[in-house]
Amino acid sequence: MDAATLLYQGLVGLNVAMSLWLVAAGLTFAFGVLGILNFAHGSLYMLGAYLGFTFYGSLDLDFWLALPLAAVTVGLLGVLLERFFFRPIYHLDEAYHLILTFGFVLILADAVRIGWGGVFLIPPLPSGLAGTVRILGRGFSVYNLFVIAAGLAVAVALWLLLDRTWWGRKVRATASDREMASTLGIDTHRLFSVVFGLAAAIAGLGGALSIPVQVVTPGVGTAIIIEAFIITVIGGLGNLSGAFVGALIVGLATAYGILFFPAIELFLVYLIMALVLLFRPQGLFSGR
Amino acid sequence: MAGDELTTLVRAARSIRPGVASPRTLALLALLVALALVPLLGTYPSWVMSQVLLLGLFAAGFNLLFGYTGLLSFGHAGLFAVGAYTAALLLLAYPSLPLAVVAGTVAAGVASVVIGYLSIRHTKIYFAMLTLAFGMMVYAIVFKWRSVTGGDDGVVGVPRGILGVPGAGIEFGGLGGFYYVVLVVTVVALYVLWRIVRSPLGLTLRGLRDSEIRVAFAGLPVRRYRLVSFTISGLYAGLAGSLTAPLVSSATPPMAHWISSAEPVLATLLGGVHAFSGPLVGAFLLIVLKEVIVRFTEYWLLVLGSVVVLLVLTFRGGVVSVLAPAVQRLWSQRRQDG
Repeated sequence: MDAATLLYQGLVGLNVAMSLWLVAAGLTFAFGVLGILNFAHGSLYMLGAYLGFTFYGSLDLDFWLALPLAAVTVGLLGVLLERFFFRPIYHLDEAYHLILTFGFVLILADAVRIGWGGVFLIPPLPSGLAGTVRILGRGFSVYNLFVIAAGLAVAVALWLLLDRTWWGRKVRATASDREMASTLGIDTHRLFSVVFGLAAAIAGLGGALSIPVQVVTPGVGTAIIIEAFIITVIGGLGNLSGAFVGALIVGLATAYGILFFPAIELFLVYLIMALVLLFRPQGLFSGR
Repeated sequence: MAGDELTTLVRAARSIRPGVASPRTLALLALLVALALVPLLGTYPSWVMSQVLLLGLFAAGFNLLFGYTGLLSFGHAGLFAVGAYTAALLLLAYPSLPLAVVAGTVAAGVASVVIGYLSIRHTKIYFAMLTLAFGMMVYAIVFKWRSVTGGDDGVVGVPRGILGVPGAGIEFGGLGGFYYVVLVVTVVALYVLWRIVRSPLGLTLRGLRDSEIRVAFAGLPVRRYRLVSFTISGLYAGLAGSLTAPLVSSATPPMAHWISSAEPVLATLLGGVHAFSGPLVGAFLLIVLKEVIVRFTEYWLLVLGSVVVLLVLTFRGGVVSVLAPAVQRLWSQRRQDG
């Protein structure tokens, strides 16, 4: 296998990584601040995909309008979920967090069946993002390059928001000591709602982005949440920059795994997850 | 006032004459008789009740780890599948049901020791994630190892086998015979589990759930007890799996998937975490509700999901925690009246 193939496969891996990052980002963010590991986060991604399909594919809205519209809708749903269903159970054992959010996995899977039913065609690529560019002597889809760029943009935006703004400082304060933050006058209830809404919106954006290249089914939610779990675990639960690197690892492992050991690729990913949990439960990139 | 004295008297009388059956024992006997009569109603009730018993068995074993020891596993479907695949492959090679069930249970037990030994290093969410990863490894193996497990088709055409060994055993005519095997195995296994829960071991496990530190200070090996709990619950998962494969005449990858790991969780939650009968009542409700609801709507998951959300938000003790005090009150009322 020549060097160009290897490099090209790296680009493919980067594309996979950025799609996964958009799910893992919100999952990790919400866990880091709210302490809720949300089984239904993949289902929010799926909902974003269905909404993206409706806005862009059916209603024929402009792609650049359909994307934020899908993200905002899912974000608002996230705010409602947090307000009415998560808030009463924060004090409970983590087992109940997992079980409650699993309930929403079931509900959302059937909700999209009711709302959208059947199987769909993939809408055409938005003009301007169609076609391919030649990289390393092969064609690479412009749209996939765009997905990579979008993933990177979300990463940079999240970092700026959390590290460089006053609101980000409040979020970090609340994440490290909720009671103290509340004593200092931060409205932690509202902050939690906004954080979860933002996390949900990122997942919705990820889903909507997948619409021109991937057929969405009610099973997408449960498939992608597992990969997001793996990434979150590799990065360390609640660690955003860790999750970004985790997404790169899983994306590249998938791309090269398919190339080199297609038979055990699936097994390999879970093995990595288990090994990290056994030997570095705080994640690969935590100083602790 | 008089009621209390009467209760004490009745208790005292019972301790002198153990031959007097308590209402509870009578109710249990009535339930057993009713279960034994199910095949008379036809094939469909036997089919449904077989599923109820096996899910009940799976969930009751699971609850030793969840409700009694305080560890939520999301990988028990993997152990269930080890039992199912082992039994299915053996039944195809040599149609002896007892052999297949024993081998399936033992195989799941071995897998439990390995997976449990590694997983019990953690508790809470890390334990849940770790068991999920191991369960999905089993899924990846049965999904990809096509030459042995049949890949995504699974192992199909599994016979119910013969009770005994070929040549010297009873062959099953319809579902009825197999139902009785399921019933007897379930009752015996549940009795054993009930004894375990009531034993010093069961008490120690509950201690682990409530305060790991106290148990450690009492000088007990915390990890070893967790491993014992994990292994026992894994054996029950394997036992249920090895009987499910011949019941549905196949073993397929979805059995090992983490979504299936949620089934005993939901059954346990529905019935009640803190009662021995909880997972059994939950299994009955889960299967029967499903059979009823799918007649009216194809959106069964929507109903189930809503029930789960409602339970977590309101009745975390499950159905048993609501009904048990009511039944208790009824009994004491009747005693007072009598």
